Amino acid sequence: MVTVEGLTKEFPGGVRALDGLNLSIMDGEFFALLGPSGCGKTTLLRTIAGLESPTSGAVRIGDRDVTPLAPGARNVAMVFQDYALFPHMTVRENIAYPLKIKRQPRGEREARAGEIGGQLGLAGLMPRRPAELSGGQQQRVALARAVACRPSVFLFDEPLSNLDARLRLEARTFLKRLQRELAVTTVFVTHDQAEALALADRIAVMDAGQIRQIGTAREVFRRPSTTFVANFIGSTPMNLLSGEVRGDGIAVAGGTVPRPDGLSDGEPVTVGIRPEYLPVLTSAQHGALSGEVSIVEHLGTSSLVTVEIDGELVAGTVAEGDEPDTGTRVWLRPVPGRVLIYRVGDGTLVS
Amino acid sequence: MVGLGRSRAVAFVAPALVLIGVFLVFPAFWTLYIGVTNYRLTGAAAKAPEVVGLDNYRGVLSDPAFYRSLWLTLIYVLVSAAVGQNVLGFGLAWALRGARRAIRRLIESLVLLAWVLPSSVVAFLWIAMLDRDAGTVNMLLGQSPGTAWLVQYPMTALVVFNIWRGTAFSMMLYSAALSSVPPSHLETARVVGSSTMQTLRDVVLPHIRRHALTNTLLITLWTFNDFTPFLLTAGGPDHRSEVAPVYIYNTAIVGGDMGYSGAVSLVVLLINLLLALVYLRAARAGRSS
Repeated sequence: MVTVEGLTKEFPGGVRALDGLNLSIMDGEFFALLGPSGCGKTTLLRTIAGLESPTSGAVRIGDRDVTPLAPGARNVAMVFQDYALFPHMTVRENIAYPLKIKRQPRGEREARAGEIGGQLGLAGLMPRRPAELSGGQQQRVALARAVACRPSVFLFDEPLSNLDARLRLEARTFLKRLQRELAVTTVFVTHDQAEALALADRIAVMDAGQIRQIGTAREVFRRPSTTFVANFIGSTPMNLLSGEVRGDGIAVAGGTVPRPDGLSDGEPVTVGIRPEYLPVLTSAQHGALSGEVSIVEHLGTSSLVTVEIDGELVAGTVAEGDEPDTGTRVWLRPVPGRVLIYRVGDGTLVS
Repeated sequence: MVGLGRSRAVAFVAPALVLIGVFLVFPAFWTLYIGVTNYRLTGAAAKAPEVVGLDNYRGVLSDPAFYRSLWLTLIYVLVSAAVGQNVLGFGLAWALRGARRAIRRLIESLVLLAWVLPSSVVAFLWIAMLDRDAGTVNMLLGQSPGTAWLVQYPMTALVVFNIWRGTAFSMMLYSAALSSVPPSHLETARVVGSSTMQTLRDVVLPHIRRHALTNTLLITLWTFNDFTPFLLTAGGPDHRSEVAPVYIYNTAIVGGDMGYSGAVSLVVLLINLLLALVYLRAARAGRSS
């Protein structure tokens, strides 16, 4: 288990990268730190590794307070974005390097390197040098080096961002299977929400040095707790429309959506609806939002339709093959139970 | 046609070529020529030098004074450049890597100052500093009468002087080289628990190996041909600090035996070439592996 208590990191010059963070990561969990660049996610990972020392607060691994310990004494393994393979060493030497530092005899560490290399599909590549490997192979060597020293925590910094798109999907599946097999607590940093949703058991969405939401992929996707998270999660950005509580509904973009409890009449709110839950219809519907088709983008199995409603752009989806022509009038009817209402002031979800 | 045209282009480079011809190429061939004559600075042989064939070379190769100067040069180059400047320069670059900007700038300026000052000025400063009666060093040590450093320990003084004088170059070259080591490699070493020595051996040195070879080649050749020792000790006392360039100067100008010193020059030039070849070979071996 990795625990972070009241962690604050201030860099010289007054930049506060981490602002009183609290976080618990369970044993064997695959945990994502997700956020835009500059949100502090990498600083948090590096602080857990010990590469940065916190201004205040503590990091625990298991029941050990590791805050004052050097990185090498924390029993963690880190994989860097550029893999950081030593170019003058062979694959075997790279994988065995942590064991060499731990003064294991040569025979033992080479056997261990061979064993792990075999597990990760590197058996035939052991005598090669990193420059002779593809990007995907290099990544697996970096993973093998991390696995070699049997750490209690894996730390991955943007593990997939140096791979091209197709390889990234393959590597993603590989990474998830490897983590399941080893069952070692893993923390990884990513700015790609799809990667976080696909890989992680739980996700911490970060912004401005603070955690905005922690939850499973499902929770974070279904019920983003603030408009920031709502905006960040999802491959197509969520529609965030201004609405107003009126009678037994909320008036938004010419339509009406159901009103949750805890709001007063006339209160302005932000209505969040994912385009995926906003089907485009060609006939009039009661309570539906209505406007003219402005742009149609093909996404493969579905198409993203941007509709102009009173000067506001709202995105909905339609199945592939049913796309309306631009300029035609369409109706958008939210899927029941998928409309999220946020308070205007602090952007928090009204549950 | 793009450019100046052949004739105008030649006109532009001609002055430079003439200067190179007059001051570099001609003296080189002149040295070759006088090496096989009994040319002297003064006297009958200055008026009408005779060709004596390989006599000068036979003389040089059987002259203990020549071997002594080579031996002194070897010590001078090895201790002050190959080891001294190299290690100190690298050490400074490594230590200043994480230092605060102001401290870094200050030390870099001080070290650079030793490098940019003219040799004659620097030599004068050191003579003043090491003087027996009024020297700064003796004053700091509280010795009276003081040690005549340049007389009693001429080679040690030269070695220390040259380390002080030349470290700036190595420091700057290694600073640049160290900034080319990816931070993630250093951090990987930190996370697996490498000590500083292990990090240097396994991560840093393999990365900067080529830089180190280039640096060693340059400072070796510069030190080998360095004439500043003459300004400090003039080769004395009793030839105890007479490194090769000083030996050549002393035979040619002081002793007046131009033919003989021409032969010595050629031998020294060949040794320089040999050194350069060895380094290039080593650099090429590093590239292919």
